[in-house]
Amino acid sequence: MQVTLKIQRFNPELDDKPYWKEYQVDVEPGDRLLDALHQVKWYQDGTLAFRRSCAHGVCGSDAMTINSANRLACKLLMKDLGTRVTVEPLRGFPIVKDLVVDMEPFFDKYRSIKPYLINYDPEPPVERYQSPKERARFDDTTKCILCGACTSSCPSFWGNRDYVGPAAIVQAHRFIFDSRDQGANERLEILNDRDGVWRCRTIFNCVRACPREIDVTRAIGEVKKLLLFNRMV
Amino acid sequence: MYHSFDAIIVGAGGAGLRAALELGQIGSVAVLSKLYPTRSHTGAAQGGISAALGNTEEDLWEWHMFDTVKGGDYLVDQDAAEVLAQEAVETVYELEHWGLPFDRTPDGKIAQRPFGGHTHHFGQGPVRRSCYAADHTGHMILQTIYQQCVRHNVQFFEEYHVLDLLVQDGVACGVTAYQILTGEIHTFRAKVVLFATGGMGRMFSITSNAHALTGDGPAIALRRGVPLEDMEFFQFHPTGIYKMGILITEAVRGEGGILLNSEGERFMERYSPTLLDLAPRDIVSRSIYLEVQAGRGIQGKDYVYLDASRLGRKVVEAKLPDIADFCRTYLGIDPAVEPMPVQPTAHYAMGGIPTDVHGRVLLDDKNTPLPGFYAAGECACVSVHGANRLGTNSLVDLVVFGRRAGRDMARYLREHDFVPLPDEPECEACDEVERLLAGQGDESVAVIRQELQKSMMDHVGVFRVEAQIEAEVAKIHELQERYRRVSLQDKHKRFNTELLEAIELGYLLDLAEITAASALARQESRGAHTREDYPQRDDERWLKHTLAYRTERGVELKYKPVSITRFEPKPRTY
Repeated sequence: MQVTLKIQRFNPELDDKPYWKEYQVDVEPGDRLLDALHQVKWYQDGTLAFRRSCAHGVCGSDAMTINSANRLACKLLMKDLGTRVTVEPLRGFPIVKDLVVDMEPFFDKYRSIKPYLINYDPEPPVERYQSPKERARFDDTTKCILCGACTSSCPSFWGNRDYVGPAAIVQAHRFIFDSRDQGANERLEILNDRDGVWRCRTIFNCVRACPREIDVTRAIGEVKKLLLFNRMV
Repeated sequence: MYHSFDAIIVGAGGAGLRAALELGQIGSVAVLSKLYPTRSHTGAAQGGISAALGNTEEDLWEWHMFDTVKGGDYLVDQDAAEVLAQEAVETVYELEHWGLPFDRTPDGKIAQRPFGGHTHHFGQGPVRRSCYAADHTGHMILQTIYQQCVRHNVQFFEEYHVLDLLVQDGVACGVTAYQILTGEIHTFRAKVVLFATGGMGRMFSITSNAHALTGDGPAIALRRGVPLEDMEFFQFHPTGIYKMGILITEAVRGEGGILLNSEGERFMERYSPTLLDLAPRDIVSRSIYLEVQAGRGIQGKDYVYLDASRLGRKVVEAKLPDIADFCRTYLGIDPAVEPMPVQPTAHYAMGGIPTDVHGRVLLDDKNTPLPGFYAAGECACVSVHGANRLGTNSLVDLVVFGRRAGRDMARYLREHDFVPLPDEPECEACDEVERLLAGQGDESVAVIRQELQKSMMDHVGVFRVEAQIEAEVAKIHELQERYRRVSLQDKHKRFNTELLEAIELGYLLDLAEITAASALARQESRGAHTREDYPQRDDERWLKHTLAYRTERGVELKYKPVSITRFEPKPRTY
């Protein structure tokens, strides 16, 4: 099938501002959008810049705004996109070049919530025990691949770049609800801030954007409830 | 720009990050990676990490060691396999202590499941040795180790692409790297350098490997006079999604899935009576090939079916959610009900930079180390996987040998000082970058790369034969010559990924040349290296490791003995 890709281009060293460029590609219906982008880069315009690696939705490199929705380019099939596809970089982060954005602010927010297990007890000689039920409690938020689709789809984040963002809260949730972790209070204190969980207005864009189908808004809500009622739910 | 650190680690996957954690207390460490660390391909590993914990049934590390040695068709260095099997247990517990969210047994212990080639009592039947987190164990391992790096403030240089290893008077003293954002070339001086750059599956057209896996570490080491060991042994994983290369984990078969040909027959009953579909990967891949050749591929094409329907929906959704997602997303099928089309897929490099069990890089058949230079993970060859790797042994390899390399690097740091850098250390790297940017020729990176990948897949794939490998050697020389005439459209410095792909293509060409030459020379079939013209294993002439050097005269091959301690080589049947 013949498809027109309308891609936002911008090299801050050369251009005053972003502009659109259209490319025609010939693709199979089962091809990924990433395959179409490669076709452009490899056979038409080598200057096009985008991040990608695993090409099957686990590394999180190629999160972009495609037909106005945040997605991973490697998880979209051309047959589901139609014959005119608009591709832009993620919103809310400075553009480095074309579809590449500066992810440092995103990773800073992630690092700020202490994203590692905190346990002050001596380590046992074998594994710490955890029941299947305890394990299931935080399963959803362990799936986060830090792709940035959620935070960059959040209007609260667009309105205030200091908002810690859905991804950071998901990462905190993963530990707060892990029965082996003892750092819940430390993280809750960090998130109990105007720019912590309280920026969330339950808009649900994050849930729509997440390629791992994590129930992000629910996770944020569970952290809010802990702060409000000081009770594990 | 110029930096100085006690230790430089190139690569931020499981092995590189694990090594970094050993060094933080000892001195200054920097980890360079061409990707953000959480994008590393460790995160794509699915099935599990094996260790003889014995949580669900009796298990001993000696059995794990035996399975590894036999799985590697007796080319495994048994001192390395012993270390792997012994230290697997404590490193898995360590990962759990750091928070890795393993699946659990009803009594709260780490859950374990069967996996290809892992047996109890030295081969009597499958054993539950693979510790797992659903079907995204690699994701959990990468995240957990990275989280510890965040906790300990490990310093990263993200999106820095290594270009060269610096060696002065026979001692490693640093690296040069390209800052992807700006195009600037940086020199990093160090007392010790570790390469943990991962695999090189992008030599082949159908591969499970990420686009980033272009063998940067081995190619650079090769150019600095380090030989590459056992490069002819490349694993083709039996179950990648037809034409896409996306991996369907062996764990599907671990949970009970079976392979079917066009006649609906469970054909592994004929090829491997004891382990059936859980035979080691090289055996299963060959079986699939033979079925296809015999005309029993699905619809006469070159794939077979992987049937998980007998597992039931509950098991598929709970234990294999990611592959269910892949099937729905990319094939529009529901694996709880419909079979998955699969074919052998280039997956893992058993060979690579030769090291000892401390991660020290070795230069020759006398195991002379290159002081200050280390390697770990898939890019290294200890050799713990020999001629074929068992599933779940790579994740163990990363943490066990990543840790050991880190510890030996720490020892080396305490005992040694900096050595002076060579004059103009970045000049060779700069020259190559300038040459590529200035090129006015008529060749394109993408076209050359595609020709390389297709021809390697056809001629140096699962089944090999002399005439075809020789044709491939000639093809590679043709492509290397055309590579000199490559020109780029992007001549600017800022985030120039076209330039990086050109540099990576140079690495792939060199590695393909070594792979083909090593495969041509080895006139036997062993593990993943199958010669139609030499179908038998030949211990008398070929029980040895290949060491391939790149010289002005072309590829030169030497050999070194295999370390055999506990298990005498026997015929490998399952």
